[in-house]
Amino acid sequence: MHVIEVENISKLYKLGQVGTGSLSHDINRWWHKIRGKEDPYLKIGQVNKRDDNTMASDYVWALKDINFSVKEGEVLGIIGRNGAGKSTLLKLLSKITAPTTGEIRIKGRVGALLEVGTGFHPELTGRENIFLNGSILGMTKSEIKSKFDEIVDFAGVAKYVDTPVKRYSSGMIVRLGFAVAAHLEPEILIVDEVLAVGDADFQEKCINKMNSVSKQGRTVLFVSHNMTSVMQLCSRGILLENGLLTYQNDIRSVIDTYLKKNTFGAESSFDLAAFNSRTGSGRIKFTKLEIFNQHKPDKNFLIGDDMILHLTLESKYEIPGVAIAIQLYDRNEQILSNIENIDSDFIIPPFYGTKTFEISFKNLNFYPNTYKFGFWAGTPDGSETYDYIKFCADFNILSGSARVKRNLRPEKGIVYITPSWKQIN
Amino acid sequence: MEKREEEEKKINPIMPDNNRWTTIISAKQKAIRLNLKEIYRYKDLILLLTRRDIVAMYKQTILGPVWFVLQPLLTTITFTLIFGKIAKLSTDNTPPILFYLSGVIVWNYFSETLIKTSNTFIANANLFGKVYFPRLVVPLSISLSNLLTFFVQFVFFLIIYLYYAYRGNVSPGYYIIYIPVLLIIMSALGLGMGVIISALTTKYRDMRFLITFGVQLFMFLSPVVYPLSSMNQQAQKLMLLNPMAPVLEFFKCAFLQTPAPPLYSLVYSLFFSILTLLSGIIIFNKVEKNFMDTV
Repeated sequence: MHVIEVENISKLYKLGQVGTGSLSHDINRWWHKIRGKEDPYLKIGQVNKRDDNTMASDYVWALKDINFSVKEGEVLGIIGRNGAGKSTLLKLLSKITAPTTGEIRIKGRVGALLEVGTGFHPELTGRENIFLNGSILGMTKSEIKSKFDEIVDFAGVAKYVDTPVKRYSSGMIVRLGFAVAAHLEPEILIVDEVLAVGDADFQEKCINKMNSVSKQGRTVLFVSHNMTSVMQLCSRGILLENGLLTYQNDIRSVIDTYLKKNTFGAESSFDLAAFNSRTGSGRIKFTKLEIFNQHKPDKNFLIGDDMILHLTLESKYEIPGVAIAIQLYDRNEQILSNIENIDSDFIIPPFYGTKTFEISFKNLNFYPNTYKFGFWAGTPDGSETYDYIKFCADFNILSGSARVKRNLRPEKGIVYITPSWKQIN
Repeated sequence: MEKREEEEKKINPIMPDNNRWTTIISAKQKAIRLNLKEIYRYKDLILLLTRRDIVAMYKQTILGPVWFVLQPLLTTITFTLIFGKIAKLSTDNTPPILFYLSGVIVWNYFSETLIKTSNTFIANANLFGKVYFPRLVVPLSISLSNLLTFFVQFVFFLIIYLYYAYRGNVSPGYYIIYIPVLLIIMSALGLGMGVIISALTTKYRDMRFLITFGVQLFMFLSPVVYPLSSMNQQAQKLMLLNPMAPVLEFFKCAFLQTPAPPLYSLVYSLFFSILTLLSGIIIFNKVEKNFMDTV
């Protein structure tokens, strides 16, 4: 039995500054409407391709013609790159904003968790905020009263329940916020990845709670970039790309499709300057990465090989202090390591123009798989980010190394360690 | 949980186990939607937000709740000095303190409700972007907390009033029975105009600047610091088109026995304010669905 049916849902957004020209557009819209014609701005909206700067129109489809349905008790993962329309879809489902076309039909009470601790007031006590936050999420006062002790227990703030929330540590606030939300008992739960904030303990608590929610037969819609937790929780998935629903199936094949689309060609040289989704002030930019195996351009390695990176950065300004970090991710885009130049006692001299750094990794010991890079440049104290690009390059560890005496399966581990063994009795 | 389900069954007989949808989110929307049933379901939230407003307002101030009465008292003293002593405006032969205080508390309620509710979408954009509840809950709670403030100030007014009445300077008139009607008019008008303006501010931010200036101008066009009787017949008729004018005049008339304006002006004012409130709610509900895209 379907509990959610999404039919032909589209959402049009206006780009650029809101407000400029809106009055004239409104009048034009209204004029078309009273003559019984279609909204003139719907036609010119185009598919949301963020990487394409040549977009002609001011209007863009954040979502276009989305169709899917969810069965009772199903845990659906919604997967896609940043800007693919995942959050927009959640906002439509949770009634925060209305669709431009189409219809969504829902059976049962919906609880949407797009943020933890929504509406907390710093001057009010923990107790007052539990009631306020709970009723904002749609609970009645008596419902909150009956679960009050449980909530306080779960959050672990029993001692501070009559203290204003502004005296709480940020961790306590997050815990309290999640505790309230976790005790909301809707038939359909919508969870955004913002829940993944907080420490590892807290994240595990979140995942466990959601697991138990789905075991109780409730329907869950879950958005995350973290493929590991999506795989853990979800049974089925949909893949969004540029506002279009491109694939839906069981979660494993959706994740595979998603990851395949986000791998790179066989090239061992990466044009980082052309990489589009970057953050930072732009005072320095990563422009190029070349990967070498035994001084030959190659990004395929065996365990035990040495990897050399040539990383090129460019700046038009004179920059006194720069720190560079190389982030290493596994195939599911979980971070494995954050490597900074200072860790190797290498200080970058004042920076100007185009500079290339050689970084050598001796003796690679990763399991056969694909690994991805992220690069960060900023001030040595981390207070400013100049440039930050994630998942912008990759390399492969292939099986078949002479050093490995058995078959290493990619899902069985990440680091290949060979300690020395001896029998002592 | 069971209790909640029972409650929901009572209000909303469509439950998931029947073969019908509980929520339909559609691009097409009804032209007129009052949405009162859903707002009733969120009554607890209205009360909690009201409480929050009151409690949080004077936290960490030295005088705390004393500000509730100190504020109108200081305004009254200022008015008495400027309009009474210096400009020598008429107070219809009533004690100036009572005359100005009654005008100030009635006007304060109206203008505070109007200004605060007109800021609903902008002030709560963060909250509204993360969770859904009927947005009208917020302006309703604002007008409720202002009503509470008004009652405190009204009690303060009565205390001063009793002092003057004891000395035989004033006595109440039979118009006192109209007080509930006056409360309805000023609540409906403040809330109604506030939500209309808040709906407009989502797109046209200019309204925000207009409103603070507009409310001030509006006060001088209303009989707050001067009595209606100080104007000529023609001007009085024109002034009574202002729906707040009869409220102020009848309030003073009830307690201070100033000359009463014609009764039809009160009826007009009542209809005007209820119409404003209804159209305000309709416009507000229309905007709430899509305001996140523009605010």
